[in-house]
Amino acid sequence: MRRGDPAPHFFGEPMFLSLELLYEAVIFGILLGCFYAAVSIGLSVAFGLLDVPHVAHPAVMVFGAYCTWQLSSLGMDPILAGLALMPPFFLLGMALYRFYYEAFERRGSDAGVRGIAFFFGVALIIEVGLVLLFGVDQRTVEASYVGSSVSFGEMRIPQRFLVACGVALVLMATLTLYLSKTFTGRAIKAVAQDEPALRLMGADPVRIKQWAFGIATAVAALAGALLIIIGPVEPTLDRVYIGRTFSVVVLAGLGSMTGTIAAGLILGISESIVLMLFGASWAPAVSFGLLLLVLGVRPQGLFGR
Amino acid sequence: MTNVWRIWFSAAALAAAGLAALPVLAQQPIKVGMSMPQTGTLGAGGKAALVALRMWVEDVNAKGGLLGRKVELIAYDDQTNPALTPAIYTKLLDVDKVDLLIAPYGTVPTAPIMPLVKQRGLLLMGNFSFQVNHTVKHDMWFNNAPWNDAASWFTGYFEAGQKAGVKTIAFLAADQEFAQNLANGAKELAKKGGLKTVYEQNYPPATTDFSSLIRAIRAAKPDAVFVASYPNDSVAIVRAVNEIGVGADVKIFGGGMVGLQFTPIMTSLGSLLNGVVNYNSYVPGMNYPGIEEFLQRYAKKAAEEKVDPLGFYLPPFNYAIGQMLEQAVNATKSLDHKKLADYLRKNEMKTIVGPIRYGPEGEWANARVVQAQFRGVADKDMEQFRKAGKQVVLYPDAYKTGEFIAPFEKARK
Repeated sequence: MRRGDPAPHFFGEPMFLSLELLYEAVIFGILLGCFYAAVSIGLSVAFGLLDVPHVAHPAVMVFGAYCTWQLSSLGMDPILAGLALMPPFFLLGMALYRFYYEAFERRGSDAGVRGIAFFFGVALIIEVGLVLLFGVDQRTVEASYVGSSVSFGEMRIPQRFLVACGVALVLMATLTLYLSKTFTGRAIKAVAQDEPALRLMGADPVRIKQWAFGIATAVAALAGALLIIIGPVEPTLDRVYIGRTFSVVVLAGLGSMTGTIAAGLILGISESIVLMLFGASWAPAVSFGLLLLVLGVRPQGLFGR
Repeated sequence: MTNVWRIWFSAAALAAAGLAALPVLAQQPIKVGMSMPQTGTLGAGGKAALVALRMWVEDVNAKGGLLGRKVELIAYDDQTNPALTPAIYTKLLDVDKVDLLIAPYGTVPTAPIMPLVKQRGLLLMGNFSFQVNHTVKHDMWFNNAPWNDAASWFTGYFEAGQKAGVKTIAFLAADQEFAQNLANGAKELAKKGGLKTVYEQNYPPATTDFSSLIRAIRAAKPDAVFVASYPNDSVAIVRAVNEIGVGADVKIFGGGMVGLQFTPIMTSLGSLLNGVVNYNSYVPGMNYPGIEEFLQRYAKKAAEEKVDPLGFYLPPFNYAIGQMLEQAVNATKSLDHKKLADYLRKNEMKTIVGPIRYGPEGEWANARVVQAQFRGVADKDMEQFRKAGKQVVLYPDAYKTGEFIAPFEKARK
């Protein structure tokens, strides 16, 4: 049979999923889910809390991955590189939001639609910029935890996923604590709920939003480091993650940090099982399937009010 | 001056100008056009191939060119993106007005230009595509790769597996033209050979993590795993196999993994390659008149241009494209594509990769795909690949340098 001939099965040959394989798929799905939560958490702040349609978030993340690669090629550990990139990305995020605010948000009610166009433009500029700077070749990093695995009986888990999962959990715990325990964190949550009330309290909502967008962008830099640890990156990789990140944020309930973890896990486990059962070609469809399901059945998301 | 005289004077001036221009026209170079993946997944191979083609251009120009005219190579980067190649070839034909065409390296970038060249009735020298002309049936296509059908590729792998007692097989293939052509052919042959397929999976070309797929293969417990992949995927698959393991049952792994022939990739993967049985076009120890001298000259150029330092896989075969064009143009004393194609179809070509005679679909009449097993490969050592021994040739028998070691896990030690 050659390409173009009818396929023998619509989904390919469905695979028999043994209990052992299911167990492995779930474990791997949990690790993948933590990673998905980490790459979505910046968007959860920008889109979930601030209502900014930041479709360029995955592109910023890929930019962070390339910066990590650049620092890593100088001998820096990728995780440390990701942490080192957070302050400059924080400033970059603040500047980006200020431009968005001045050009769109303060001008009127159709800011959302025009904002989407703006952020698509930003994503495209980042993609093209990366192609011009680094070419279209894939980039990878080297580290002791990349390429090795940890054995649990018969099961072997790649260390890169364990490291990414660990960093993701620490990142999410830190951000959750920051948003609930600090004055600025609570102000960020407040600006999402009642902006006029915050203004009456004497706080400047625009500065709070600018600060929060800076945090979202700094988190994207660290997520970019995780991205290049998990696998090779190339300039258009952001397109793969637009669906996944938005799906996680909507599934979580806009702005919910706990929900982001839960939604990441649901997506990770679902993808892992679908991949085992029906094949790799169907795995990317899971995120959009979940997104449609949530929008149809529970538009406020799992943890939304 | 009367009007009649004016007319005669003008005509004489024009004729003089025309005569003066004739030598200039004669000196117009013969343009050879192509797109080449210089970035993207096939970029590492493409850049090396381009060095070889430029070497041929230098050599042929040093001999006075073709038909008394210098040869000029026009090559654009197609980024291994099949969406770009039709526009590039249209530009080459309609704007650059090239005289001769060479296909880009690889099946995926080549496939979209096949209808264009067939429609315009143009000669196209193929560049390591696999069965890209099988359905198009263009009679002016001539591939430089040492294979023809899936059997030419799969037989060596299959024979080695059978000797090790393989009864079941798993297939892992990229969802793109090359890998699907190869995997589908291999599946037919496996079925005919009595192998039971226990797992088959296509993956999207953008896949970067293969952990789950390797885990699923391990659970299926196949005796053989046939992989048809492009360079980025091949690297990720080899790494995932190292992380996850494919299980003790697997006797033979590999077959159609593009990229494991590129020196930078082989050096980067190092010992992770051990045990893998994979196809190749040339390994040290295979001798043809002129190839050693070519590889020595190539090594110097490659060092200057920082591309594949050994260049065993593609460069000699790309130089051979130039040699075939040279032979055909000199013999026919023409740039007419029909005459050139007719010559290529009927005559044996003398090249540094050995004599080539073409079969009915413009593929080699006598295929020569090598299946070799990586053995004793050390980490971070490029020089080790320069000599014979690190890729033990299992097939064809004429070039065999050792016996197949199975199971896969044993050969990795």
